[in-house]
Amino acid sequence: MTTKADMRLRRQRWAAVRYHGIGLGAAFFFLAPFVITFLSSFRPNAEAGLPPLPPWPTTGVSFDAYRALDTFGSGIWRHMLNSFVVSTGTVFLTVVVSLLAGYGFSRYRFPLKNVMFVLIIATLMIPFQSILTPLFIILARLGLNNSLFGLTLVYVTLQLPFSVFMMRNAFDAVPKEIEEAARIDGARDLKLLVRVLLPLVMPGVATVAIFAFLNAWNEFFAALVLLSSNDNYTLPVLMTAVRAGRLGAINWGAVQAGVAVMVVPCLFVFLLLQRYYMRGLMAGAVK
Amino acid sequence: MTSTQTAGPHRRPVRRKSGYRGLLYIAPAMALVLVFFVLPVLFTVWMSLHKWPLLGQPTWSGLQNYTRMFSDIRFLQALTFTAKYTFFVTIAIFAVAFPLALFVERHRPFISFYRTAIFLPVVVGLASASLLWVWLANVDSGLFGPLLQRLGLTSGKVNLLATFDAAFLTVIAMVVWKIAGFTMIILVTGLQAIPTELTEAARIDGAGRWQRFRYLTLPLMRRTIALALILSVTGSILAFDQFYIMTSGGPQNRMISVVYYIFNQSFVSFNLGYGAALSIALLAILVAISVVQLWLLRVGDERP
Repeated sequence: MTTKADMRLRRQRWAAVRYHGIGLGAAFFFLAPFVITFLSSFRPNAEAGLPPLPPWPTTGVSFDAYRALDTFGSGIWRHMLNSFVVSTGTVFLTVVVSLLAGYGFSRYRFPLKNVMFVLIIATLMIPFQSILTPLFIILARLGLNNSLFGLTLVYVTLQLPFSVFMMRNAFDAVPKEIEEAARIDGARDLKLLVRVLLPLVMPGVATVAIFAFLNAWNEFFAALVLLSSNDNYTLPVLMTAVRAGRLGAINWGAVQAGVAVMVVPCLFVFLLLQRYYMRGLMAGAVK
Repeated sequence: MTSTQTAGPHRRPVRRKSGYRGLLYIAPAMALVLVFFVLPVLFTVWMSLHKWPLLGQPTWSGLQNYTRMFSDIRFLQALTFTAKYTFFVTIAIFAVAFPLALFVERHRPFISFYRTAIFLPVVVGLASASLLWVWLANVDSGLFGPLLQRLGLTSGKVNLLATFDAAFLTVIAMVVWKIAGFTMIILVTGLQAIPTELTEAARIDGAGRWQRFRYLTLPLMRRTIALALILSVTGSILAFDQFYIMTSGGPQNRMISVVYYIFNQSFVSFNLGYGAALSIALLAILVAISVVQLWLLRVGDERP
């Protein structure tokens, strides 16, 4: 009764079911922790101490967890601002510094050029975890200890190997003719760089900016070591206080709310600019 | 001012009026690298040769900091623990990432959704991920305990962070969740670089799925696998956030990684000189491992 075509159709359908079964299972495993935390962060105080089964608020949506989070450190807004200032500062400085350096390495010849390029790339070989102690002392000598600006400069330096590499390649890809033409029209130096070349290397700038933002926003170890006063803590450092608990009791609602606050900007930036992030990942990995 | 040479597509950068102008452009980058990278690296070496308290004068101690670490049982424990962690976490990441890479490699309906979902944890911080999992694993209001109980795998409350084995598994599960997407994407680029003609030819020659994987995919993926392996190993050796946040050093301080131990020596006990010497040791280990891995990669290359 069943024809060959029937059998093939059935087999295809079974393959599709299996494929989507595996796909949905994997997606569930990787997404569930986010969804559960996010939903749980809106449970009222009374539910925060209970296991999240189900994770959504059963007695009405509440912002108790976020209010509890606000009682730690110098208030959640302050620490969000700290993280925001450090991250945007890192993005801005990284873009400016690597744009200039990328242009210099791509278009100029000068003594020791290759040595300096290798030196910048070599920053990758030595993990910053191993130079934090002297960084701590050097920042203190510069009067930049426990300062968000000092931390920003460290983050910018950590971003440089990837960013300079990325920007140099971006400039290498711009045809020289465009530059020559602009020069004949009278554009020179910084004006040429900003007006004519910047729009052409914008994809590279976007890539550099995303990586700088995510790395600065998420960084924990250097911030933990280099920031010493409560007021200056970035979000991840603040969260160690929340996680440690007061008098031994941990407010899990506040932990969920804190995770939500830290995670949402990353997911947002990534989902919005996925294309550039992936390009950067490939460039970084293949290098 | 402008060059008189004819413009060709592959012309080398032309020497402009001042060869030193380029230096101006790279000066900010160089300044940052010198102050916040080169100087600290040199300073680490200098510090490691001193007894260097936080307050008070540092005093020269020669190689004493270096000889000390060989008899420092807690350092040796940290070293062993880090090696053990690196070994198991790397295996776990590959065991999850490789099948996922094979799964998401081809274009099929909804594949970009699946790919993105698996990749999402990569873009959040390790600190955020650790905090999330601490909550999921905690004994009173977590998810895993009641879940295991409902599935009938445990009776009564389970504290997943109280015993070494359970805490170790929980940390590894967290890291796999966080990192597998990254390794997966790297492996996918390797898989996509394999010409489809080769797999087609093998299929026509009658090679089964496993044979194609074993004798075609794996050998052609060797460089990619080596890259992913190096990234995973060096990343794991530097692990800190997850142990500090999830277990605060773990049951009986048995989950202190090397970086965590350096942190304790430098910023808790304020033995800055000893911390610097330990940092140099860590660097030496990382360099040695990279050299060995690159060498293995090259040795493999000689076989066609």
